[in-house]
Parts: sequence; C-alpha cells; structure tokens
Amino acid sequence: MRIEHHPILGEFPKGRKVQFTLDGKTMEGYEGEPIAAALRAAGVMTHRHTSRLDKPRGIFCAIGRCTDCVMVVNGRPNVRTCVTPLEEGMRVQTQYGVKAKED
Amino acid sequence: MKMKRYELAVIGAGPAGLCAAIEAANAGMQVVVFDENAKPGGQLFKQIHKFFGSKEHGAKIRGFRIGQQLLAQAKEAGVEVMLDSVVMGIFDCNELTVMHNDATHHYKADNIVIATGAMENAIPFDGWTLPGVIGAGAAQTLMNLHGVQPGSRVLMLGSGNVGLVVSFQLLQAGVQVAAVVDAAPRVGGYGVHAAKLARTGVPFYLSHTVVKAEGEDHVTAAVIAQVNEKFEPIPGTEKRFEVDTICLAVGLSPMSQLAAMAGCEMAEKGGRAPVVDQYGQTSVPGIFAAGDVAGIEEASSAMITGRITGASAAHRSGYLDDEAFAARTQELRASLGQLHEGMFSPANKGRNDLTVTDEGIMLSQSLLHKGYMEDGEIERFPGAGAVHTVGIHPVIECSQNIPCNPCQDACRFGCIQVGDHITNLPSVNQAAKCVGCGVCVANCSGQAIFLVDESIGDGAASVTLPYEFWPLPAVGDQGTALNRAGKPVCKAEVVNVRQAAAMDGTALLTMKVPKEYAMTARFFKKEEA
Amino acid sequence: MSQILDRNMDIGPFVPQPDDDLIICRCEEITKGEIRQAIHDGMFTMNEIKRYLRAGMGLCQGKTCGRQVKGILARELGMSPAQIDDCTPRSPNRPAEMRVLGNEVDKV
Repeated sequence: MRIEHHPILGEFPKGRKVQFTLDGKTMEGYEGEPIAAALRAAGVMTHRHTSRLDKPRGIFCAIGRCTDCVMVVNGRPNVRTCVTPLEEGMRVQTQYGVKAKED
Repeated sequence: MKMKRYELAVIGAGPAGLCAAIEAANAGMQVVVFDENAKPGGQLFKQIHKFFGSKEHGAKIRGFRIGQQLLAQAKEAGVEVMLDSVVMGIFDCNELTVMHNDATHHYKADNIVIATGAMENAIPFDGWTLPGVIGAGAAQTLMNLHGVQPGSRVLMLGSGNVGLVVSFQLLQAGVQVAAVVDAAPRVGGYGVHAAKLARTGVPFYLSHTVVKAEGEDHVTAAVIAQVNEKFEPIPGTEKRFEVDTICLAVGLSPMSQLAAMAGCEMAEKGGRAPVVDQYGQTSVPGIFAAGDVAGIEEASSAMITGRITGASAAHRSGYLDDEAFAARTQELRASLGQLHEGMFSPANKGRNDLTVTDEGIMLSQSLLHKGYMEDGEIERFPGAGAVHTVGIHPVIECSQNIPCNPCQDACRFGCIQVGDHITNLPSVNQAAKCVGCGVCVANCSGQAIFLVDESIGDGAASVTLPYEFWPLPAVGDQGTALNRAGKPVCKAEVVNVRQAAAMDGTALLTMKVPKEYAMTARFFKKEEA
Repeated sequence: MSQILDRNMDIGPFVPQPDDDLIICRCEEITKGEIRQAIHDGMFTMNEIKRYLRAGMGLCQGKTCGRQVKGILARELGMSPAQIDDCTPRSPNRPAEMRVLGNEVDKV
C-alpha cells in the first residue's frame, strides 16, 4: 500500500506513472522508484523461488546487500530489484533458480 | 594505465563520509566521495525523527534535514560526489577500483577515508526466509524513502533504538505494530523512544523471541515465546500474532571488508572493525576510518568522527598545520565526548545492571521491562519539579541519562535546566513562570515533555502532548485518553491543536480530561466514526 | 582475536540438534546442520566452511550469514566468536558481472 499522506514527510515526490509487466501481466508503478517498491505497493511479495529448495523469497534488506529480491528483468537474471529503478515497459519476471520460467 | 588521482577519496556518502569530505575540502583538499547508491546521504534520509544531542550536534533537527544540510555544505565546499559508484577493492599504494556504468575504473588517492557504515544483523528462526520477514532498515527504506508501507501489521524484533524508532515510524506510516519483542530482559534503547510507542498501545515482550514465522508464500503470523537466561525458548509460553511482516532490528555490524582488504589491523567491536587512533587513523598510513565502520554508534557521533578524519587527512597532506589541527580535533573530540556520556555510552553497552541515574535516582523498572513508567513514578524525577503547582507547567518524562539538551534552550523563561553535562536529567524550576508556549514539547526529540494544567475549572485538567500522526485530530474532536501503557483511562476532548514551521511537523495537541487524570492521560485516540 | 587452531582439538561427536534444518546461508541455502557437520568434518575456519559448503559464497558474499556461521563455529569449537576471523575479504566487494570486471577504463 502507498502512504497517502505522511505526518512528517507530507506527499512523496513521484515520477510519472508507467506500465511494466510482471510475468506478462501489466502492472503500474512510478518511474524511477525501485522495482521492488512498485511490486510491494501492488501487493506482490514473492520475487523468486530458490534453486535448491524452491522456496519463495522477497524483499529482505531493501538496500542491495542481501540479494534476496533478485528477479529476471528485461531478460537479465539476478537483478537486485530493490536498487534498480523502474522504467516504462520493463519486463519483470519471477526468478526460479537463476532463470525465469519458460513462457 | 593512467589513473585519476585525488588528494582524498572518501568511500561512502553517509553522515561520516560527507562530514569527512566537507571538513577536508574546507581545508583546501581536492576530495571525491564514492557512493554505491543512486542518492547520497546514506541512512540519513530515512531518519525522520528529531536527533538527540546538543545544538552543536544538530539536536532537534530531523535526520533527513541534516542530510540536506550536509549535501549543501558538500556542494559549497566543492566536494565531488560520484554516485552509483561501487568501490570494489583497495589495493597497494591506495589504489581503488570502482564499478561505475558497467565499467571498472581505477583511481589513486593520497588519503582514503573508509566510511562504509554498517550492515544489519539478522537472526534465524523457523520461517525466517519467507517473504515478509525483513530488516528494520528495509522497512525504513520502503516507507520513508519510497512512500510504500512495508506491510499492514508488523511484529518488531528488537527493542534497541533502531527497533523503537522504526516501530514509531511504522505507526506514522499508517502501519499497525502488533508488538515489540526482545530476547533481552530490558528495553535496549532510550526509555523515551519506548514510552512514545507504549502510550499508543504497542505492547512490549521482553525476554521473548520469535520462534516461528508462519505462512506458505509469505508471512501470515508470528509465534513468539519467552526465553530462559540462556536465551532458549521456554516450551508452553508461545503467543501468536497475526501479522504480515516481521521486522528484524537485532543490531548492526561494521561493514569493514574494504578496511580488511586494505590490510588495516582489525579488532573485535561487535564484528570486525579497523583499529583506529583518536584521529581516525588506521594501521595503514593514509587510510582512515570514520562512523559505524570503525565501531557501531549512531549518526551524530559518525558526523563527528567523519570531521575528525577529514581534518586528519588535511593535516597529513599539509593543509592544516599542527596548531590548527590540534585545535580543531580537540574541539571535535570534546563534542564527541559529550555524546559518550551517560548510561547509554559506548562503555556501558550491553550493561543490564544499572539501577540508578547519575543523579542517584532509582530507574523505572517498568520502563525497562514494559516500555512505560507506572503512574506516579515520574514524580521522583526532576522533570516533575512543578507537578501539583497551580497553572500550566511542563512535565518532563525524561528519566534516563541520555545525551540531549534542546529542552533547556527551548524555554526562554528559565523553566528547564539541564546544566553542564548534556546527559543530566532535565529539571523543572517551579519558581520560573511557564507561559504554555509549548516550544519545549515540540523541541524534545524524545517526545517526553507534556504541558499540564491540573485544574482548568469544571473539574477538568488540560494535557498538551506532542502529536506526529496523520490525520491530525481537530478542535472539538471527542475521544479517549490513553495512559502511558496505552490503556484507555477516560473520555477526552481536543481543545487546541497548534502547528508551526519551527516545530517541523510536531503538532501540539491539547486535550481536556477529568482533573484526576492530569498525571496519567498521555495520548489521545479519536473516537471511531 | 584469532589464535592458532589446534587441528587435533577434540570437539566431540556430531550430535543432531532439533533446529539443524534451519537455513543459515540464505543465498546458497545451507543449513545449520550442514555447517555443524562440516565443522565436525574438520572445517575449523570461516574460509574452510565457505569453500567446503559454499556458505557465504553466494550472491551476497556472506553479508547476512557471516555473523551466524561464525556463531555456530564458535559454539562447536568452544571458542568466543571474537576469536574467529572473518572470511578473507576480496575484490570485488559487491556482486559484479564478468563483463564489468573485463571492461577496464583508463581515467585521466
């Protein structure tokens, strides 16, 4: 959920509203915000499934350290979505192991 | 290979790194700051609370505003800040490799200040890899930088200042906080931070830990259990909370890999950290370390140790003569010394045996174990010096020796004294006349000052409290007054709401309560429509 | 700080514990039991555990698990975590793609 009005910070400055896809589904977010922020605002919790045990993972550190939130972005795997800015038309895919599921 | 050379390269544009850069550049050095993030400021821009300390430390200024000030100062001083620039390694003769724009760049520096800060610790439990278990820093990043709620209902593990401050920020972001849990037997952070959470109704579970995060694809509940003196969960004491987020605030470790790579002598400081002398010099000549990477403290001391290393680098390269350097570092060390006083000083870290304040007053055990003072306890502290006097007067619910004194400067009428040591408990002088301006209420970084008029007629009292939530109640709103434990005690009506630019987002909310609740009613909850 | 390890130190037999299946290294999904077993196989340093199991060798390079692996190692060896050295830090300090490492730029 987005914070509508913050008692200290007021309104958050946002980029323009853009569309991107998650596993082929059209999503909306704000340009320049981390992909992970747009996904969390849309209620998406699972960013990937692990290689060895196929367990779901999502945001953990949100500052690019833990690498738990990596996804396949525009065909590139292992992209840290918490520090990668959202762009119009980005193709974001849930990562399984080190790749996306075949479409 | 030709390499660009700088007189000083600073690694990390957080509070320590920026201050090092500003200090050195102001002395005349050519300075570059590398930061791996897209925006400078480190963690400062996530800190939306007012800082502690004295005026010189930036007290009562919110962290993100300090960040804005530092960026402006850095710009003015001619510091070059290179963002999205990851220092990948430090090699012989102060050579740095930097990853930027998908390429590897090489730099040389006469001096290096390592100011890479800290990383959050984590603690494993059943289900801790589920989406929804996040670091407290992650919660701050999402809500305070990106305006996104990290979840809808959170359980916080850790009652140090990070856990307490982030819990309060979660409430400010409109997120529910189900509980603050800590395996330690006592609240680790400042009592004032705990108290401002407890009075909104957040329960504290000390000597408890999380044993399980439930859920298939993401967290749906947290199970906590009491722990024994060996911190092992006691079977049969489990409690379950329906939450979608578990936040971990279980300490920080120095992010010191670059220092170790550079060959600096390392020591154990709650994680390996470079050994530094009083000037921030590591064992490798020309390599300095400042801020959390040299030992975990907080942003205010990081800014000072940053300044010290900046001055040291300037001295080493001949930009400051011996005399100027000695004077400057003496001044900075005195300022740092002020922050190192009191019961939360680095020397007292981890101590659970303190029972009295520096003044010899018994600490509130309730505050340490439940997050709030029991009714009547405040009256043994000097901040309650004017209690039961006629007319409006401040009640300062500050019962621990923390390095902070803006309340003293707030009162133009001499009602409040802290004295020479900024860790002294503030005392209220009942002979001085309080005019009810409320500047002290807004200035108190711990939100621990209330204005109370114990009798305003008709059997009523007024209580003015700091209020930093949205939506802001309006005059005439009816509701319930909560006590320090967050329990409803009586009906209350909002009779005044004050806001001012100088108060920077802290509103002063005055509620009318029956007079017998003047010293117990400490929070206002609006009646649900 | 670190001390010279007695390689013949008797640390007793491996005794299973109820939380041995707890994931410690999140990146490589290495459990507490695997780490404890590795120690009983003779891996007495952080570097050895990392090479033996890949705990700390994944994308995050041990930033999350390092402290915990050290704690487990300390308990099994009957030492304090303060006596155990971290893994040797090496460049690159952050995940870097080979094409970045291979793309060196002169900077004047």
